[in-house]
Amino acid sequence: MSEKILMKGAEAIGEAAIKAGCRLFFGYPITPQNEAPAYMSKRMPEVNGTFLQAESEVSAINMLYGAAGAGHRVMTSSSSPGISLMMEGLSYIAGAQLPVVVVNVMRGGPGLGGIGPAQADYFQSTKGGGHGDFRIITLAPADLQEQVDIMYDAFDLADKYRNPVMVLTDGLLGQIMEAVEFKTELDPSSFKPPAWAVTGRKNRPKNLINSFDLDLDGLERHNHEIQAKYKTIQEKEVKFESFHAEDSEIVVVAYGTMGRICKTAIRKMREKENASVGLLRPITLWPFPEKKMLELAQKPSVKAFCTFELSAGQMVEDVRLYSKELKPVHFHGRTGGNVPSPEEVIEKIKSVQKEAR
Amino acid sequence: MTEGMKQIFKNTTYLTDMQRSYCPGCTHGVIHRVLCEVLEEMNLMEKSVIVIPVGCSTLAVDYFEFDTVQAPHGRAPAVATGVKRAAPENFVMTYQGDGDLASIGTAEIVHAANRGENITTIFVNNGIYGMTGGQMAPTTLMGWKTETSPYGREASRDGNPIRVSEMLSQLNGPAYIARTSTDSPKNIIGTKKAIRKAFQAQLKGLGFSMVEILSNCPTNWGMSAVDSIKRIQDETMKYYPLGEYKVVEGI
Amino acid sequence: MEIELLAAGFGGQGVMVIGQFMAAASVKENKYALFYPSYGPAMRGGTANCTVVSSDEPIGSPIFTAHQNVMALNLPSFDKFESTVQPNGKLFINSSLIDKKSDRKDIECIYVPSNEMAIEAGSNLAANIVMLGVFLKLTQFAKKETMEQVIQEKFGRKGEKIVSINLKALDAGYNFV
Ligand SMILES: Cc1ncc(C[n+]2csc(CCOP(=O)(O)OP(=O)(O)O)c2C)c(N)n1
Ligand code: SF4
Repeated sequence: MSEKILMKGAEAIGEAAIKAGCRLFFGYPITPQNEAPAYMSKRMPEVNGTFLQAESEVSAINMLYGAAGAGHRVMTSSSSPGISLMMEGLSYIAGAQLPVVVVNVMRGGPGLGGIGPAQADYFQSTKGGGHGDFRIITLAPADLQEQVDIMYDAFDLADKYRNPVMVLTDGLLGQIMEAVEFKTELDPSSFKPPAWAVTGRKNRPKNLINSFDLDLDGLERHNHEIQAKYKTIQEKEVKFESFHAEDSEIVVVAYGTMGRICKTAIRKMREKENASVGLLRPITLWPFPEKKMLELAQKPSVKAFCTFELSAGQMVEDVRLYSKELKPVHFHGRTGGNVPSPEEVIEKIKSVQKEAR
Repeated sequence: MTEGMKQIFKNTTYLTDMQRSYCPGCTHGVIHRVLCEVLEEMNLMEKSVIVIPVGCSTLAVDYFEFDTVQAPHGRAPAVATGVKRAAPENFVMTYQGDGDLASIGTAEIVHAANRGENITTIFVNNGIYGMTGGQMAPTTLMGWKTETSPYGREASRDGNPIRVSEMLSQLNGPAYIARTSTDSPKNIIGTKKAIRKAFQAQLKGLGFSMVEILSNCPTNWGMSAVDSIKRIQDETMKYYPLGEYKVVEGI
Repeated sequence: MEIELLAAGFGGQGVMVIGQFMAAASVKENKYALFYPSYGPAMRGGTANCTVVSSDEPIGSPIFTAHQNVMALNLPSFDKFESTVQPNGKLFINSSLIDKKSDRKDIECIYVPSNEMAIEAGSNLAANIVMLGVFLKLTQFAKKETMEQVIQEKFGRKGEKIVSINLKALDAGYNFV
């Protein structure tokens, strides 16, 4: 095992899911993630799994609803416009408390937009997205190895909390090739269907997969139960990378591809001019690293935050919220599928440095 | 023009002179031209609104000189319904691929047809998803290998190819439904005739009209333009017979 | 050490192959590699380019404002990317299709009649591998034997003849400089 294989991002997502024991993939074509379903259409039959091209994303997410209800690991992959169509289904899935994994290879919007990389679905993914009070656990990788590792985590978290998990990646991470290693391979025949799944009532009372309750108090109790679960997730599952965030004056906050580019920029600035700049890179976008944000904001040595996104400014709202704006929060964003270079990042950080002095 | 010569071919003025970015040999271009020729002959520039959803022909948002609406994937018949109901004097068309119309947009096309919505649908059936790089469509023929049917389309997993014209002609709403092809000059002329009839149906307020046009995708079929035309004749036209499937009285 | 290349040409010239082979050879030698393709409307006959990085260390940003190396396989690519070569960087020019010369004095320009050389090796289609050979020699991002292995593995399916043409093309490029 443990051999490094050069793979395309979208294909590595597929292989990681198979290695994590997923044998059901339902999806619908959309650029820039078409390599994922194409890969699954070849691989699933080889491992006795199921690949099905749904007639739409609306159907695909409801196929996930059914398969998860039957107690199986299941996933889909899509890109921004397709994810929008899945939001109704995701609300049902969250309401019925089912484990599913959804990969969003984000592209530029709004509307049909374009096919270049973007991070403009942060709100949609971290704030619920569909109707009702619900949350999607949102994981954001910055390189292909992390993307592979996160796929295993995604299935584990979904199962552990019976909640949808979104792997929020972008067109760049979908299209690049890097060498990846698959750490383990799980055998799905070793999984037992969970007690709540609709497997046919044999020696047990009826099971019901449901998000419906006309009794006001009953529905409120259900909401309390879900919210209590979310609280546990917020306490236990936060993940981030800190690169000199604790010992720097300027703290850059960025995730995914943008986080990777910022890290290069920061490394250059530290090497060349010994600049006091660090990076906080949230890996879980929901739950957001709230405590870490506040801790940094309260440090006297921290002078300012600067958030970089491939959007017009979405995560920056959480940076403001959780830093309680104890320190100034700056923002630099690109849209349309454009991706800033490390030099562009450095230029912005320098202007923030100037202002902080 | 030199004196004494008769002009037999004239480029339609309904198309912009923007460079078309379809693949060499793709019949989307021919269909655009035929469509525009009929509109021009019927002098519909000032009334026309075309609704273009998502597919290779999304690029056509820049190709038509008349008013255009870009719609979400599959939803053109619903958007066109809105345009038409708001302003019935508009001459309203949709231009949809087979992935768009027969997969994600099945509900919209069935119900627009069933309501007898007074619009015209140009349905380009090339048996594959072109724009996204060659995935299986609901219209892909049995056994065809595509990006998402790498072992060939199989009925037990993927169902059988949908014959949309036959299906919609069972409804009461449609006034005119025909299937034509782009494989030969003769059939292109047939396509033009069918489009004219469909347009007449709309102008007379007779209800929903659709022309399904068999077309190609040399790029994603993985063959030369010439071979792709032969494939339409040898395979596509056998499964999807040409002809008029519904013609109400008065057209 | 980090070696970075932007390769550009029209769809069908095999620029993606150059990038993927460079990445594959690097990974074979246990290095880090990153390949980032960028298609114009490539499917419809436009231009395509890719960025490739080979490094002993984990790779950071896949986005570069200025490139260590640029390879231009056709004229539009030359016009578009000549100015993006870093000072002291290298510009590899397919002189079979580009009859312009670069005016830049701060970079090294390598003119390679790769189509003629590829025809000599057995097929016009191997021009990209000729360019790859030149690039390999001048940057030494991997050993020549490693690249030969990659060619054998990737072209093996297409038969012995294709493999041997491409090995010859690699040789021709490698020995060109
Ligand atoms: C909601 C949504 N899902 C998926 C897509 C991606 N998509 C773009 S075009 C297309 C299908 C194109 O195929 P077809 O309708 O057959 O037209 P063609 O390109 O072959 O002309 C798809 C799936 C999208 N734009 N929106
Ligand atoms: S991909 Fe196919 S349908 Fe699209 S322009 Fe090219 S040949 Fe035509």
